Amino acid sequence: MRRDGARVGLLFTAPFWIGFALFTAVPVGLSLYYGTTDYDLVEAPLPIGLANFGEMAGDAVFWTALRNTLVFAACSVALNTVVALALALLLEQRLRGREFVRALVFAPTLVPISAVAVGWLWLFHRDEGLINAGLRIVGVQGPDWLGDARWALWSLVGMSAWVVGAQVLVYTAALRDVPRSLVEAAAIDGANARQRLLRVVLPQISPAVAFNVLVSIIWALQVFALPLIMTRGGPQNTTLVYSMYVWQNAFQYGRMGYASALAWVQFAVTCALTAAAVALARKRVYARGATAR
Amino acid sequence: MRWSARTVLYVLLAVVACAWATPFLWMVSTSLTPDVPVANSASDGAGSADLSRGVEFLPDLGADGPLDYAARLADQARTNYGAVLASDSADFPRYYRNSLVVAFLSAGLMTLSSAVVAYGFARVTWRGRDAAFAVVLGTMMVPFTVLMAPQYLLFERLGLIGGLLPLWLPSAFGGAFSIFLLRQFFLGLPRALDEAALVDGCGHLGIFARVILPNSVPALAAVFLLQFVAAWNDFVGPLVFLNHQEDYTLALGLQMYQSQNSGTQWNLLMAAVILTILPVLLVFALFQRAFTESVTTRGVKG
Repeated sequence: MRRDGARVGLLFTAPFWIGFALFTAVPVGLSLYYGTTDYDLVEAPLPIGLANFGEMAGDAVFWTALRNTLVFAACSVALNTVVALALALLLEQRLRGREFVRALVFAPTLVPISAVAVGWLWLFHRDEGLINAGLRIVGVQGPDWLGDARWALWSLVGMSAWVVGAQVLVYTAALRDVPRSLVEAAAIDGANARQRLLRVVLPQISPAVAFNVLVSIIWALQVFALPLIMTRGGPQNTTLVYSMYVWQNAFQYGRMGYASALAWVQFAVTCALTAAAVALARKRVYARGATAR
Repeated sequence: MRWSARTVLYVLLAVVACAWATPFLWMVSTSLTPDVPVANSASDGAGSADLSRGVEFLPDLGADGPLDYAARLADQARTNYGAVLASDSADFPRYYRNSLVVAFLSAGLMTLSSAVVAYGFARVTWRGRDAAFAVVLGTMMVPFTVLMAPQYLLFERLGLIGGLLPLWLPSAFGGAFSIFLLRQFFLGLPRALDEAALVDGCGHLGIFARVILPNSVPALAAVFLLQFVAAWNDFVGPLVFLNHQEDYTLALGLQMYQSQNSGTQWNLLMAAVILTILPVLLVFALFQRAFTESVTTRGVKG
C-alpha cells in the first residue's frame, strides 16, 4: 500500500485542526488561566493563584451543587440503564406493532430538550397535571412534584427515563450481534429463559452496556437544561446542578474566574469517574473478542 | 412460546406504548383546549383547584355530533396556534426562520468539513494518524462548561456576538462524532475502488470527490440529519451566545415564552411546544431508517 506524506494527511484534516485550535485548545488554555484569576469582565483578569479553589472548599452552594449532580447522575444512570435494557429486550421479541413502539420510544430523544421540559412542567403540575389527575382517580393526592423540596430531584430523575431511546437502539444493535447458535446451544443444554438471559445474553452484550453507562455518566454529570427550565435549581437549591452553578457564576454573577475554576473541577471529576468506569469495565466486562473472533 | 407468555409480553408492550405516547397526546390535547382554568400553584391549598376534573384526552368543546366536534376542534386549533404565532411576547415565525438558518448552515457545513477530515483519517496513510485521531475523539470529553465562557469572550472580542454566527461557525470545522461516523463508513468501502481510480490517474482529491463521496450518500445523509436535529434542538448554545431576542431560535424562544407567561395559559404553551417539536418529528418520520441506522453504528462492535 502506498504511503502518503504527513503533509497530505494534515492537509485533509486541516479543517479540524483549525477549529480545534480556535474553539477547543485556545478556550481550554484561556479557561485554565481564568481559573487562577479574579475576572469580572469589566477589568482585566487579576491573577490570584489558587484562591478560587480555596473559596470552593468553603462555598456551601458548591457542595450542594456537586452533591445534587452526583445523586442525579448515579440514580438516572442506574434507572435509565435498567429501563433501556428492559425495553430493548422486550422490543426484540417477535411481537406485532413493535416497530411502532420502537419509534415511539425513540421520539422523545429527537425533540428539543426545552420542549420536553416545558411539556413535563405541565404533566407534573400540582393541581391540573396529568400525573396528579391520574393519581386522584385512584384516590391518591400526589405531591407538588417540582415544587416540593423532597420530590423535585426525584421527579427529574424519573422523567429522564422517558428520554432513553438512543440507549435502547444501542442495546438493540448489541442484542442482534449475539450469535443465535450460542443461545440455542444453551437451550439444548437445558437452560431456561432466565438462565439464558443472565448467563448468555447479558455477558455477550456487556461491552455495549459498559459503553452506554460511560456515555450516560458523562451526559448526566453535565445535566443543565432540564433543571434550568423546570425548577431553576429550586426549591431551596435541591435541584441546583453543577453546570447551572457554573453558568450562573459566569453569566449572571459576572465571575468568570470562579466559573472557570468550577468548570475545571467538573472536568476533573468527569475524567476521574470515567477512568474508574473504564477500569471497572476492564475487569468485569466479558471480553468477546478473545473467544468469538 | 406458550400463549400465556405471549399475552404477558403484549400487555407489557401496550404499557410501554401508553407510557411513551401519553405525554405527547396530553400535550396535543391541552393545545386544543379552549381555556385551561388553572389555579396558580402559589395559591392556597387544594380547594382552589377543580378536583373533579378527570383525565380527558378529548377537549370538551360543547359540540353535538362528531362532525360538529371536528369542526370545532379545527376552529380551536386555528385560534390557539394562531394566538401563539401572533403572540406579542414571542415572535415565533422569526424563531422558526432563525432555527432553519442555523440548522441548515450547521448541518451543511458539518457534513462537508467532516467528510474531508474523515477522508484524511480513513484513506490517507500518514505517520501519527492514530494519535491524531485520538485527539479528535478526545475533544468529546471536554465539558461545555469549560469552553462556554472563553468561547463567548473569544466571539465577543472578534465582534461576532449579536448574531447567529457563533451557533453555526464551529460546524464548518467538523465535529468529532460526525468525523468518527464518516471515517467508519469510508473504511468499509472497498479499497479496489480507490486503486481503479488511481490507475485512471486520479489524485486524492479525485478519489474523494469521484469515488468516496458518491458511494457514501447514506452516511452523509445520516450525518446531515443528526447535525440538523442537534442544531435545531440546541439549547445551551443559544442561551450562552445569543443576546437579542430577535436572534432566538425556537428551542430558546419557547423557554422564554414559558418563563414570561410563567405557566398561566397552558393551552397556548402546549401549542408552542407542539410547534417546536413537530418539524423534528416530521423529519424523523420521513427519514426514520437513516436515523436508527446511524445511531446503532455507535454501538460497540468488534
